Amino acid sequence: MASLLGVLFDGLAYGMLLFLVSVGLSVTLGLMNFVNLAHGAFAMLGGYVCVALMQRWGVPFLAALPAAFIAAAVAGVILERVLYRRFYRRSHLDQVLVTIGLVFMAIAVATWAFGSQQQPLRLPSTLAGQWSLFGVDLNVYRCFLLVVGASLAVVLTFVLERTRFGAAVRASVDDARVAEALGIRVALVFQLTFAVGCGLAGLGGALGVEVLGLDPTFPLKYIVYFLLVVAVGGTGSVKGPLFAALLLGVADVAGKYYLPQVGAFILYAIMVLLLIVRPQGLVARA
Amino acid sequence: MRVRGLWLEAAFWLVLAAGFVLWPSRLPLASQVLIAGLFALSYDLILGYAGILSLGHAAYFGVGAYSAGLLAAHGWGEPISGLIAAGLLAALAGLITSPLVVRGTDLTRLMITTGLGLLLFELANRLGAITGGVDGLQGVEVQPLFGALRFDIYGRTAYGYVLAVVFVLFLAARRLVRSPFGLSLRGIRGNPARMRAIGCRVDLHLAAVYTFSAACAGVAGALLTQTTQFVGLDVLSFGRSAELLVMLIVGGAGLLYGGFIGAAVFMIAHHYLSSLDPVYWQFWLGAGLVLIVLVGRDGILGLGHRVLGVRRRRAGPAP
Repeated sequence: MASLLGVLFDGLAYGMLLFLVSVGLSVTLGLMNFVNLAHGAFAMLGGYVCVALMQRWGVPFLAALPAAFIAAAVAGVILERVLYRRFYRRSHLDQVLVTIGLVFMAIAVATWAFGSQQQPLRLPSTLAGQWSLFGVDLNVYRCFLLVVGASLAVVLTFVLERTRFGAAVRASVDDARVAEALGIRVALVFQLTFAVGCGLAGLGGALGVEVLGLDPTFPLKYIVYFLLVVAVGGTGSVKGPLFAALLLGVADVAGKYYLPQVGAFILYAIMVLLLIVRPQGLVARA
Repeated sequence: MRVRGLWLEAAFWLVLAAGFVLWPSRLPLASQVLIAGLFALSYDLILGYAGILSLGHAAYFGVGAYSAGLLAAHGWGEPISGLIAAGLLAALAGLITSPLVVRGTDLTRLMITTGLGLLLFELANRLGAITGGVDGLQGVEVQPLFGALRFDIYGRTAYGYVLAVVFVLFLAARRLVRSPFGLSLRGIRGNPARMRAIGCRVDLHLAAVYTFSAACAGVAGALLTQTTQFVGLDVLSFGRSAELLVMLIVGGAGLLYGGFIGAAVFMIAHHYLSSLDPVYWQFWLGAGLVLIVLVGRDGILGLGHRVLGVRRRRAGPAP
């Protein structure tokens, strides 16, 4: 029983990370129908910014997190303006090629700058250690992840469903041309959401150094997870990816805990099965 | 025009056949290039002609490689029957998975093929007792070709063998894409809904070409196993599928020869650049990919056609 709760807890924390990284991808796919395989590179950038700030300049962890967000968001804006925007109307093949090219470049740059080894991260003492609750050992850092992820999900839901900007985003996802005709500046909406999505990925990458690890192959290693969250969660909402990410997190951790021989096999099998049964995602929009 | 094309094609294969004299010390590398070229040709059939975007084609390459390797490791070292068996097994894998792949949009196909590729990679990784896992499959012993020609260390037998097999499969693929069936594939790439409306059974056609493509990929994998007498887990890796896409795009998709040109450029560049520094290689690979897509994705062959002013054989817009 205790191990079941422990697995559930670890899985949820892991899922929160997946949610943070993937939610931006879900919005960009829904908004511009743009297949961005380089999304993981923004998460990696956030992770390296965080690690570099802490190691080389002694910045505290909690202060390095916003920096990771900002760095990834700025990189997102620049890339969007210089490169991505030329490809919105091109075929999916072109988009795949360009973004895979970017992934290769990101991996090479990361290897050149930081080496190919895993990056260590020293958590502040307040976030390290365990809490014991009803006989279950709760890792403090994972509690922190759950709190951060849940609060960001609440904020994002609020912005998307209660604010004028959120309404513009939803309208653009539903039908960009009609939204444009109604006076919504879809390009600007997209640029902003893209920046926030990349920033969240960067934040997720920084928060995930402890859980997901960080080395130059990061964008390739987790590409399937991010795509999976989008595939299962559908596009253009917060709840869909959140639900999907938590589900995946729990399934992955449970699979690795109870059936270690099978490992990642289960996850890929689930992905293929899901895509066969529900090609439009579990939480398909009406 | 058609005759000139035929002369060019004959010259292409004659130069390859003259490889024994032209690059005698580079025959092993040349065999690798031909194998990669065949693999890229198999991918060209589904991407360039039928418009199926896949990032998991290494799955069939790997099935062929492991089939040939396992057969040879368990006593069936005769190369030609091993090659045929591996090709048939890969075709079977393609046939079984084709219903999952041919339906759906680009994105669904992309994810299903990626998923299938990773699934197979994990499977080979976990079944270490059979496949050798990360250490690779050891003990692959291939018997002499026709019972007489040994696979020597200079790679002469291997080169001739690979060239002959690749040529035969190339002829089959060439015949295929120039048949009415090939025309229907291009039609499907251009507009599946319209093809369905004029009575074409789109899913069946796509499944057929996917199966044939998987068989070619499997033979390519088996050739790699038989010429190197080893199977590593990387035959199934995602990286191999991604590199395959790069090779085809560099050479030019939908032109049959694009895969060979792309494979040659890619592997020779890889051979020399990565000996300088593997990191540089990866960076320039990525940068080159971005650049190719920016300037227009016709590849080297497309560029050559434009320079020579040759009428484009390709029908309709790119996928």
